Amino acid sequence: MPRPEFQAPPDVFYNESEARKYTTSSRIIEIQSRISERALELLSLPNDGVPKLLLDIGCGSGLSGETLTEHGHHWIGYDISKSMLDVALERETEGDLLLADMGQGLGLRPGVIDGAISISAVQWLCNADKSSHDPRLRLKAFFGSLYRCLARGARAVLQFYADNVKQSEMIVTFAMRAGFAGGVVVDWPHSSKAKKSYLVLTCGPPSISTSLPKGKGENGEMCSDDEDDGSSDEDGDKTVGIYERNRSKKRQKTKKNGKGKDWLLKKKEQMRRRGHDVPADTKYTGRKRKTYF
Amino acid sequence: MRLLTHNMLASNVRGATTGYPLKLEAAKWVTKEVDLNADFIRGLLPKIDWRALVAATRALGLPELLPEEQPPEEEIFAEGAADVEGSAIRRIHHALLEIHVQEGSLVCPDTSRCFPIDKGIPNMMLHEDEV
Repeated sequence: MPRPEFQAPPDVFYNESEARKYTTSSRIIEIQSRISERALELLSLPNDGVPKLLLDIGCGSGLSGETLTEHGHHWIGYDISKSMLDVALERETEGDLLLADMGQGLGLRPGVIDGAISISAVQWLCNADKSSHDPRLRLKAFFGSLYRCLARGARAVLQFYADNVKQSEMIVTFAMRAGFAGGVVVDWPHSSKAKKSYLVLTCGPPSISTSLPKGKGENGEMCSDDEDDGSSDEDGDKTVGIYERNRSKKRQKTKKNGKGKDWLLKKKEQMRRRGHDVPADTKYTGRKRKTYF
Repeated sequence: MRLLTHNMLASNVRGATTGYPLKLEAAKWVTKEVDLNADFIRGLLPKIDWRALVAATRALGLPELLPEEQPPEEEIFAEGAADVEGSAIRRIHHALLEIHVQEGSLVCPDTSRCFPIDKGIPNMMLHEDEV
């Protein structure tokens, strides 16, 4: 199924039946709460037991907010979908809810918020759902207002699904332009399903304290659903995943120069073992043809 | 919507200079009890706009809840003040976190744009020509 961003604008897509899934589907609930746990971890709030005032941008039915409440924080949630907020009311979430469009700016006083998380919301800004929408202006308004309302040194962790590298680059560029320091942390880069990108931003100029945390499962290790996520933490199997503009060199080479003699011999051997009638290997096998004009 | 959120919220309608403080017009509000955390209040207090908070409590018809001027910090965070009924920290905690505005509206001071509050959720969506 295509990603929701391609189906309809957020306020239309998240209608009552879609919003209902967020209370009934245990799979969605589990994934959402796992992502928000990780986002909260990346937020790295000081561990002094003092509750903080956080933002949840695109809070939806308040699943991510519940994680914040469990950790004792107070939060203000933004969402564009009335149906999702109605579900949040039903679930009796602790945070305050606002019906607002993040592309129009957050509308908060400067420097009052201690941190922000956002689960699978920022990519919506890249779509132009109305003729008056310009994704660049909306990204600028969003990151500008987010930067203003965060206290100095506060962090924002925004989990997003970019459609392609260009889109992810655009999001990061506008975040940097707003004055944020930070970058993208990728968890489970080798898994197509479990792969999650987090934009980790710090308010203020780059310094040692703004260095990026590491992503999970970079060196080939896969994330299974039953696996305890905590175990990989201690192994130190965490590295930063970096988006490459091009495919890896190895792959590019195979495409450019054909498959090569070794590959051909291997395939012939394979076919022979399967009982096919395969010509014998000679000095002509896999040899490059002469170039004719 | 709690008064804490009201205190942070500003309008970003085109033409608004600061858009703060939003004038609160509450038709219905309820109170829900929340545990008091003195450390949270201590961290929050410097960020609170006291005048806006007092104006909001007046708008709810609670003129006695908070004094016109912010009490000194020593008084608010005095030893054992959190356990005394009616102490400054208790009142501040009550005003910020326990009052939930259910129905009403927020009015932008610069443009008089009205943001309705429905079931405790303020509708801050702007029209295309207001962005």
